[in-house]
Amino acid sequence: MYTDFAPILIFIFFALLLIGALFVLQNIISPKQNKGGDKLNTYECGEVPEGSAWVKFNIRFYVVALIFIIFDVEILFMFPWAVVFQKVGLLALVEMLIFLLILIVGYAYVWVKDDLSWVKMTVRYGRGRYAPLQKKGSDS
Amino acid sequence: MAEVAFIIIAAITLASAFFVVFSSNLMYSGVALFFTLFGVAGLYVFLYADFLAATQIMVYVGGIMVLILFGIMLTNKIASTDLRQANRGRFMAGLSAFILFLLISAIAVTTQWHTGSPQFLDTTVAKLGMMILYQYLLPFEVASILLLAALIGAALLSRKK
Repeated sequence: MYTDFAPILIFIFFALLLIGALFVLQNIISPKQNKGGDKLNTYECGEVPEGSAWVKFNIRFYVVALIFIIFDVEILFMFPWAVVFQKVGLLALVEMLIFLLILIVGYAYVWVKDDLSWVKMTVRYGRGRYAPLQKKGSDS
Repeated sequence: MAEVAFIIIAAITLASAFFVVFSSNLMYSGVALFFTLFGVAGLYVFLYADFLAATQIMVYVGGIMVLILFGIMLTNKIASTDLRQANRGRFMAGLSAFILFLLISAIAVTTQWHTGSPQFLDTTVAKLGMMILYQYLLPFEVASILLLAALIGAALLSRKK
Protein backbone atom coordinates (compact mmCIF):
# COMPACT_ATOMS: atom_id res chain seq x y z
CA MET A 1 0.00 0.00 0.00
CA TYR A 2 2.94 2.33 0.58
CA THR A 3 3.83 1.97 -3.07
CA ASP A 4 0.39 3.34 -4.02
CA PHE A 5 1.32 6.60 -2.35
CA ALA A 6 4.84 6.79 -3.75
CA PRO A 7 3.70 8.69 -6.90
CA ILE A 8 2.14 11.36 -4.67
CA LEU A 9 5.39 11.79 -2.76
CA ILE A 10 7.35 11.97 -6.00
CA PHE A 11 4.86 14.52 -7.32
CA ILE A 12 5.20 16.70 -4.20
CA PHE A 13 8.98 16.40 -4.34
CA PHE A 14 9.18 17.48 -7.98
CA ALA A 15 6.68 20.30 -7.44
CA LEU A 16 8.86 21.72 -4.66
CA LEU A 17 12.02 21.13 -6.69
CA LEU A 18 10.71 22.89 -9.81
CA ILE A 19 9.39 25.89 -7.90
CA GLY A 20 12.67 26.13 -5.99
CA ALA A 21 14.64 25.85 -9.22
CA LEU A 22 12.65 28.71 -10.74
CA PHE A 23 13.42 30.93 -7.77
CA VAL A 24 17.12 30.12 -7.94
CA LEU A 25 17.16 30.69 -11.70
CA GLN A 26 15.48 34.08 -11.51
CA ASN A 27 17.86 35.06 -8.72
CA ILE A 28 20.81 34.21 -10.96
CA ILE A 29 19.71 35.90 -14.17
CA SER A 30 17.89 38.96 -12.83
CA PRO A 31 19.89 42.17 -12.41
CA LYS A 32 21.05 42.83 -8.87
CA GLN A 33 20.45 46.58 -9.03
CA ASN A 34 17.19 48.30 -9.94
CA LYS A 35 15.15 46.49 -7.30
CA GLY A 36 12.89 48.71 -5.33
CA GLY A 37 10.02 51.14 -5.40
CA ASP A 38 7.15 49.93 -7.54
CA LYS A 39 8.95 46.71 -8.40
CA LEU A 40 8.44 45.46 -4.87
CA ASN A 41 4.75 46.27 -5.04
CA THR A 42 2.08 43.60 -5.27
CA TYR A 43 1.41 42.68 -8.89
CA GLU A 44 -2.24 43.12 -9.76
CA CYS A 45 -2.30 42.91 -13.56
CA GLY A 46 -0.73 46.35 -13.87
CA GLU A 47 -3.23 48.11 -11.64
CA VAL A 48 -2.11 49.97 -8.55
CA PRO A 49 -3.12 47.72 -5.64
CA GLU A 50 -5.65 49.24 -3.32
CA GLY A 51 -5.94 48.38 0.34
CA SER A 52 -5.34 45.07 2.03
CA ALA A 53 -6.17 41.71 0.49
CA TRP A 54 -7.67 40.68 3.82
CA VAL A 55 -11.10 42.04 3.22
CA LYS A 56 -14.32 41.12 4.93
CA PHE A 57 -16.00 38.32 3.05
CA ASN A 58 -19.64 38.21 2.18
CA ILE A 59 -21.55 35.76 4.36
CA ARG A 60 -22.91 34.06 1.24
CA PHE A 61 -19.53 32.44 0.61
CA TYR A 62 -19.73 30.90 4.06
CA VAL A 63 -23.18 29.44 3.46
CA VAL A 64 -22.14 27.93 0.14
CA ALA A 65 -18.96 26.52 1.72
CA LEU A 66 -21.04 24.91 4.47
CA ILE A 67 -23.34 23.28 1.93
CA PHE A 68 -20.28 22.20 -0.06
CA ILE A 69 -18.77 20.36 2.92
CA ILE A 70 -21.95 18.33 3.44
CA PHE A 71 -21.90 17.14 -0.15
CA ASP A 72 -18.14 16.65 0.07
CA VAL A 73 -18.74 14.08 2.80
CA GLU A 74 -21.50 12.54 0.72
CA ILE A 75 -19.11 12.09 -2.22
CA LEU A 76 -16.61 10.41 0.12
CA PHE A 77 -19.16 7.71 0.90
CA MET A 78 -19.52 7.09 -2.81
CA PHE A 79 -15.86 6.17 -3.33
CA PRO A 80 -15.91 2.76 -1.57
CA TRP A 81 -19.34 2.17 -3.06
CA ALA A 82 -18.11 2.81 -6.59
CA VAL A 83 -15.19 0.41 -6.14
CA VAL A 84 -17.45 -2.56 -5.30
CA PHE A 85 -20.39 -1.49 -7.44
CA GLN A 86 -19.77 -4.04 -10.20
CA LYS A 87 -19.44 -6.88 -7.75
CA VAL A 88 -22.66 -6.14 -5.86
CA GLY A 89 -24.83 -4.91 -8.71
CA LEU A 90 -28.43 -3.76 -8.36
CA LEU A 91 -28.47 -3.95 -4.57
CA ALA A 92 -25.65 -1.42 -4.35
CA LEU A 93 -27.52 0.90 -6.69
CA VAL A 94 -30.68 0.78 -4.57
CA GLU A 95 -28.78 1.31 -1.32
CA MET A 96 -26.93 4.31 -2.71
CA LEU A 97 -30.16 5.72 -4.15
CA ILE A 98 -31.75 5.64 -0.68
CA PHE A 99 -28.65 7.38 0.69
CA LEU A 100 -28.81 10.04 -1.99
CA LEU A 101 -32.57 10.55 -1.80
CA ILE A 102 -32.31 11.43 1.89
CA LEU A 103 -29.65 14.02 1.09
CA ILE A 104 -31.53 15.39 -1.90
CA VAL A 105 -34.23 16.44 0.58
CA GLY A 106 -31.61 18.73 2.10
CA TYR A 107 -30.62 19.98 -1.34
CA ALA A 108 -34.25 20.77 -2.14
CA TYR A 109 -34.52 22.54 1.21
CA VAL A 110 -31.62 24.91 0.58
CA TRP A 111 -32.84 25.47 -2.96
CA VAL A 112 -36.38 26.35 -1.92
CA LYS A 113 -35.13 28.49 0.95
CA ASP A 114 -33.06 30.57 -1.52
CA ASP A 115 -29.66 29.75 -0.03
CA LEU A 116 -28.26 28.85 -3.43
CA SER A 117 -29.34 31.91 -5.40
CA TRP A 118 -26.51 34.37 -5.55
CA VAL A 119 -28.51 37.48 -6.38
CA LYS A 120 -31.18 37.89 -3.76
CA MET A 121 -34.35 39.42 -5.13
CA THR A 122 -35.41 41.79 -2.40
CA VAL A 123 -37.58 43.88 -4.72
CA ARG A 124 -40.46 42.25 -6.54
CA TYR A 125 -40.52 43.69 -10.01
CA GLY A 126 -43.74 44.16 -11.88
CA ARG A 127 -45.77 45.33 -8.93
CA GLY A 128 -46.78 48.73 -7.62
CA ARG A 129 -44.37 51.50 -8.53
CA TYR A 130 -41.92 49.03 -10.06
CA ALA A 131 -44.39 48.00 -12.76
CA PRO A 132 -42.89 50.36 -15.41
CA LEU A 133 -39.46 48.79 -14.80
CA GLN A 134 -40.77 45.43 -15.85
CA LYS A 135 -42.23 46.88 -19.05
CA LYS A 136 -38.93 48.50 -19.96
CA GLY A 137 -36.94 45.35 -19.18
CA SER A 138 -39.02 42.80 -21.05
CA ASP A 139 -39.79 43.68 -24.63
CA SER A 140 -42.04 40.73 -25.33
CA MET B 1 13.06 5.19 2.77
CA ALA B 2 9.69 5.00 4.50
CA GLU B 3 11.30 6.04 7.79
CA VAL B 4 12.81 9.13 6.19
CA ALA B 5 9.48 10.09 4.68
CA PHE B 6 7.76 9.54 8.02
CA ILE B 7 10.26 11.74 9.87
CA ILE B 8 9.91 14.52 7.30
CA ILE B 9 6.09 14.42 7.38
CA ALA B 10 5.99 14.26 11.18
CA ALA B 11 8.42 17.19 11.39
CA ILE B 12 6.29 19.28 9.02
CA THR B 13 3.15 18.43 10.98
CA LEU B 14 4.69 19.29 14.35
CA ALA B 15 6.41 22.46 13.16
CA SER B 16 3.27 23.84 11.54
CA ALA B 17 1.20 22.85 14.58
CA PHE B 18 3.56 24.84 16.79
CA PHE B 19 3.22 27.75 14.39
CA VAL B 20 -0.59 27.56 14.62
CA VAL B 21 -0.41 27.84 18.39
CA PHE B 22 2.33 30.43 18.74
CA SER B 23 1.73 32.74 15.79
CA SER B 24 0.22 36.01 16.92
CA ASN B 25 -1.54 36.60 13.60
CA LEU B 26 -4.77 34.69 13.21
CA MET B 27 -4.46 34.56 9.42
CA TYR B 28 -0.99 33.00 9.53
CA SER B 29 -2.26 30.48 12.08
CA GLY B 30 -5.03 29.49 9.70
CA VAL B 31 -2.66 28.96 6.80
CA ALA B 32 -0.26 26.97 8.99
CA LEU B 33 -3.16 24.74 10.02
CA PHE B 34 -3.38 23.81 6.34
CA PHE B 35 0.05 22.18 6.54
CA THR B 36 -0.77 20.50 9.83
CA LEU B 37 -3.90 18.85 8.44
CA PHE B 38 -2.02 17.82 5.32
CA GLY B 39 0.72 16.27 7.45
CA VAL B 40 -1.86 14.37 9.49
CA ALA B 41 -3.16 12.91 6.23
CA GLY B 42 0.39 11.76 5.51
CA LEU B 43 0.57 10.13 8.94
CA TYR B 44 -2.66 8.26 8.21
CA VAL B 45 -0.95 6.72 5.20
CA PHE B 46 1.73 5.37 7.49
CA LEU B 47 -1.00 3.80 9.63
CA TYR B 48 -2.31 2.00 6.51
CA ALA B 49 -5.50 4.03 6.59
CA ASP B 50 -5.51 5.10 2.97
CA PHE B 51 -9.19 5.96 2.78
CA LEU B 52 -8.93 8.00 5.95
CA ALA B 53 -6.01 9.89 4.44
CA ALA B 54 -8.07 10.71 1.36
CA THR B 55 -10.94 11.77 3.62
CA GLN B 56 -8.60 14.01 5.58
CA ILE B 57 -7.42 15.72 2.40
CA MET B 58 -10.89 16.09 0.90
CA VAL B 59 -12.86 17.17 3.93
CA TYR B 60 -10.35 18.85 6.22
CA VAL B 61 -7.80 20.31 3.83
CA GLY B 62 -10.31 20.99 1.07
CA GLY B 63 -13.39 21.94 3.04
CA ILE B 64 -12.98 22.70 6.74
CA MET B 65 -9.79 24.69 6.10
CA VAL B 66 -11.58 26.98 3.64
CA LEU B 67 -14.41 27.33 6.13
CA ILE B 68 -11.96 28.34 8.89
CA LEU B 69 -10.33 30.93 6.64
CA PHE B 70 -13.78 32.23 5.68
CA GLY B 71 -14.61 32.38 9.36
CA ILE B 72 -11.51 34.49 10.01
CA MET B 73 -12.23 36.72 7.03
CA LEU B 74 -15.87 37.18 8.01
CA THR B 75 -14.75 39.07 11.08
CA ASN B 76 -14.88 42.79 10.68
CA LYS B 77 -11.42 44.09 11.49
CA ILE B 78 -9.25 41.45 9.93
CA ALA B 79 -6.13 43.58 9.40
CA SER B 80 -6.40 45.64 12.56
CA THR B 81 -4.15 45.07 15.51
CA ASP B 82 -6.85 44.16 18.03
CA LEU B 83 -7.51 40.88 16.22
CA ARG B 84 -4.62 39.06 17.83
CA GLN B 85 -4.40 35.52 18.93
CA ALA B 86 -3.58 35.82 22.59
CA ASN B 87 -2.24 32.95 24.63
CA ARG B 88 -3.97 33.73 27.88
CA GLY B 89 -3.99 31.41 30.86
CA ARG B 90 -0.80 29.62 29.92
CA PHE B 91 -0.74 27.62 33.13
CA MET B 92 -4.21 26.11 32.77
CA ALA B 93 -3.68 25.47 29.05
CA GLY B 94 -0.37 23.77 29.74
CA LEU B 95 -1.92 21.69 32.49
CA SER B 96 -4.82 20.49 30.37
CA ALA B 97 -2.47 19.77 27.46
CA PHE B 98 -0.24 17.77 29.79
CA ILE B 99 -3.20 15.74 31.10
CA LEU B 100 -4.29 15.06 27.53
CA PHE B 101 -0.74 14.02 26.70
CA LEU B 102 -0.71 11.58 29.65
CA LEU B 103 -4.06 10.17 28.56
CA ILE B 104 -2.94 9.60 24.98
CA SER B 105 0.37 8.08 26.12
CA ALA B 106 -1.50 5.72 28.45
CA ILE B 107 -3.72 4.62 25.57
CA ALA B 108 -0.72 4.24 23.27
CA VAL B 109 1.15 2.09 25.78
CA THR B 110 -1.74 -0.15 26.83
CA THR B 111 -3.19 -0.78 23.36
CA GLN B 112 -2.36 -4.08 21.68
CA TRP B 113 -1.00 -2.75 18.41
CA HIS B 114 -1.35 -4.86 15.33
CA THR B 115 2.15 -5.95 14.40
CA GLY B 116 2.17 -8.23 11.42
CA SER B 117 3.69 -8.08 8.00
CA PRO B 118 2.01 -4.90 6.85
CA GLN B 119 3.70 -4.58 3.48
CA PHE B 120 1.27 -7.06 1.97
CA LEU B 121 -1.80 -5.14 3.08
CA ASP B 122 -4.12 -4.32 0.22
CA THR B 123 -5.99 -1.08 -0.28
CA THR B 124 -8.88 -0.78 2.15
CA VAL B 125 -11.40 0.99 -0.07
CA ALA B 126 -12.98 -2.16 -1.56
CA LYS B 127 -13.35 -3.76 1.87
CA LEU B 128 -14.94 -0.58 3.20
CA GLY B 129 -17.35 -0.62 0.29
CA MET B 130 -18.44 -4.19 1.00
CA MET B 131 -18.84 -3.37 4.67
CA ILE B 132 -21.06 -0.33 4.17
CA LEU B 133 -23.22 -2.23 1.68
CA TYR B 134 -23.78 -5.33 3.81
CA GLN B 135 -22.54 -5.31 7.39
CA TYR B 136 -22.99 -1.65 8.25
CA LEU B 137 -25.86 -0.73 5.95
CA LEU B 138 -28.04 0.84 8.62
CA PRO B 139 -25.28 3.10 10.03
CA PHE B 140 -24.51 4.07 6.44
CA GLU B 141 -28.07 5.18 5.78
CA VAL B 142 -28.32 6.83 9.20
CA ALA B 143 -25.17 8.78 8.31
CA SER B 144 -27.16 10.23 5.45
CA ILE B 145 -29.82 11.48 7.88
CA LEU B 146 -27.06 12.91 10.07
CA LEU B 147 -25.68 14.77 7.06
CA LEU B 148 -29.17 16.00 6.22
CA ALA B 149 -29.63 17.34 9.74
CA ALA B 150 -26.21 19.02 9.56
CA LEU B 151 -27.05 20.58 6.20
CA ILE B 152 -30.41 21.98 7.28
CA GLY B 153 -29.00 23.15 10.61
CA ALA B 154 -26.04 24.87 8.98
CA ALA B 155 -28.23 26.56 6.38
CA LEU B 156 -30.70 27.67 9.03
CA LEU B 157 -28.07 29.10 11.37
CA SER B 158 -26.01 30.90 8.74
CA ARG B 159 -28.96 32.48 6.94
CA LYS B 160 -29.09 36.23 7.11
CA LYS B 161 -32.19 37.31 8.93
